[in-house]
Amino acid sequence: MADVSIRQARKSYGSTKVLHGVDVSIGDGEFVVLVGPSGCGKSTLLRMIAGLENITEGEIAIGGKVVNTVPPKDRDIAMVFQNYALYPHMTVRENMAFSMMLAKAPADVIEAEVQRAAKILGLDVLLDRYPRQLSGGQRQRVAMGRAIVRDPQVFLFDEPLSNLDAKLRVQMRSEIKELHQRLKVTTVYVTHDQIEAMTMADQIVVMNGGRIEQSGAPLDLYDTPANLFVAGFIGSPAMNLLSGRVRDGAFHADGGAVMPLPPGAPPTATTYGIRPEHLRLDDAGIAASIIVVEPTGSETQVSLNIGETHLLGAFRERVMGRHGDTLMISPDLDLVHLFGPDGRRL
Amino acid sequence: MTEAATKANGSSPPPETMAWDSRSRRVVMVYVPLACFVLILLFPFYWMTITAFKPNAELYDYKRYNPFWIGSPTLDHLYMLLFETAYPRWLWTTMLVAVCATVLSLVSSTLAAYAIQRLRFRGSGYVGLAIYLAYLVPPSILFIPLATMVFQLGLFDTPFALILTYPTFLIPFCTWLLIGYFKSIPYELEECALMDGATRLQILRRITLPLAVPGLISAGIFSFTLSWNEFIYALAFIQSSENKTVPVAILTELVTGDVYQWGALMAGSLLGSLPVALFYSFFVDYYVSSLTGAVKE
Ligand SMILES: Nc1ncnc2c1ncn2[C@@H]1O[C@H](COP(=O)(O)OP(=O)(O)O)[C@@H](O)[C@H]1O
Ligand SMILES: [Mg+2]
Repeated sequence: MADVSIRQARKSYGSTKVLHGVDVSIGDGEFVVLVGPSGCGKSTLLRMIAGLENITEGEIAIGGKVVNTVPPKDRDIAMVFQNYALYPHMTVRENMAFSMMLAKAPADVIEAEVQRAAKILGLDVLLDRYPRQLSGGQRQRVAMGRAIVRDPQVFLFDEPLSNLDAKLRVQMRSEIKELHQRLKVTTVYVTHDQIEAMTMADQIVVMNGGRIEQSGAPLDLYDTPANLFVAGFIGSPAMNLLSGRVRDGAFHADGGAVMPLPPGAPPTATTYGIRPEHLRLDDAGIAASIIVVEPTGSETQVSLNIGETHLLGAFRERVMGRHGDTLMISPDLDLVHLFGPDGRRL
Repeated sequence: MTEAATKANGSSPPPETMAWDSRSRRVVMVYVPLACFVLILLFPFYWMTITAFKPNAELYDYKRYNPFWIGSPTLDHLYMLLFETAYPRWLWTTMLVAVCATVLSLVSSTLAAYAIQRLRFRGSGYVGLAIYLAYLVPPSILFIPLATMVFQLGLFDTPFALILTYPTFLIPFCTWLLIGYFKSIPYELEECALMDGATRLQILRRITLPLAVPGLISAGIFSFTLSWNEFIYALAFIQSSENKTVPVAILTELVTGDVYQWGALMAGSLLGSLPVALFYSFFVDYYVSSLTGAVKE
């Protein structure tokens, strides 16, 4: 086990700059999730940690040792690839034993390690199958088994669940989390799915366009997003972000809605953010007209218009109503987020 | 699970009323055209076979004997070929040359294709292109400069003259075939092996080559067949009768003046095509799967 620190890492392919100076520090045994939209450079950063891409500028250190020029096999890292990358011509046992066999470990040690990993993942009965004879979830487990057998300092995962169906994804999500709690190996996990990030991470690193937007504990990111990007990215359904300006102690959104401000709100705010779940039904509130009502059982999502301003609300109450009806709502003033013209939180 | 389920579904028999209909359609659409092809393709082979076993009397008189059948088969031609000419020797030389040239070409082109496709060194694209251009130079032009080299190296009239010149057209072909095949093997597998601690050579030996076996086999079959049938170089670089290969020898040794010994010629061709036919029949499955680019998971 080891800590990983990434200092001012940059990556370019020829003249295309992909990463523009990234700093991440990952504590020993921590589960860090790199999250961001597709193409933002998450995989590139992960592959730089693995040693599969060279580092154009900056430093990556594992366990205090700078590894910029260390080849992948000497970094003591295991990676689970998006398509699993199981060796198709080898059985599950051979797949898991491959790295130890290359390291010339004695046969009985290899067998014991394979059995141990297989037991952890419930693969005991599949050891003599070939990858093509396995289901998606089983392949996923074999890929993890291959990583566990090596007993590495760091685990890397690159969107490991994106090829599974929704139900299996939720199941594997908690399996991976459980595995981490059991083995306590430093883990870097890449995903574009913010729910995965929120549910699994000790620390989330939100990336966009080759830069880090914000990093921190999941709930800190949810409670105090540092900028508009993080505010819109973290949380589901996404935060309502209204542009407009502060006048006469209230926020006048472009579409015509007038939203109340918390006391002492900065007058320079140009974006008003309120999460759907932080809107309340309030007879003394603002009149909004209903567009669509979507009950999910545990809550009701209501798409609303205040004047021309569009808002989404999520209420614990069962809202009855149909298109055109009026609903009285008000934002929870303690949970309003205000952003300046540069997109930063005020 | 799902795979088994769909398979079971697919092979379940169609309803009775449909059976006749689809069967007669299959006959018209598939078997009749197929039969025509087979007939046309196999006829030369058939002609070769009956000629090889016909006595000369039948061979030269179509009026009294049915040209498509043998009245009284004979082994005379075969006997003459095997015991009165150097045919066994020719066959042995051809085999030796074809096997050596094939092995040499396969080894070189595997390394070349892997380097071009996977290592992406500076200018690898140009090397690939250059190899391809070399393939476009026709042997009928290339044999003149090659002849000079063969002479200078003192290889004239030895099997080495052929073993070393056949790769000039085999390597480009195999390299391109294998580049295509390596391309179809996911690069992730090699990256994964790299992280598992394998060296380049270990990756090639334990991951890439085992997965490229169908490609290697079809490159091998191609090389073997092309070497076996090669004519121009074998004609130009070999002089003495006993060093000749089968295709050249039967044409130069069995045609005396303007007399064609048809029976012996055909017997020689028949025997000469058997090894290739056997070779194909062993590996035909691999061959087809690699040409259609089927990559197994
Ligand atoms: N080998 C490459 N050459 C050029 N550009 C690349 C290469 N690999 C990735 N990129 C670019 O780098 C950016 C980040 O890619 P990637 O790290 O794969 O994104 P993601 O966050 O979706 O994993 C993308 O815009 C991609 O086009
Ligand atoms: Mg990616």
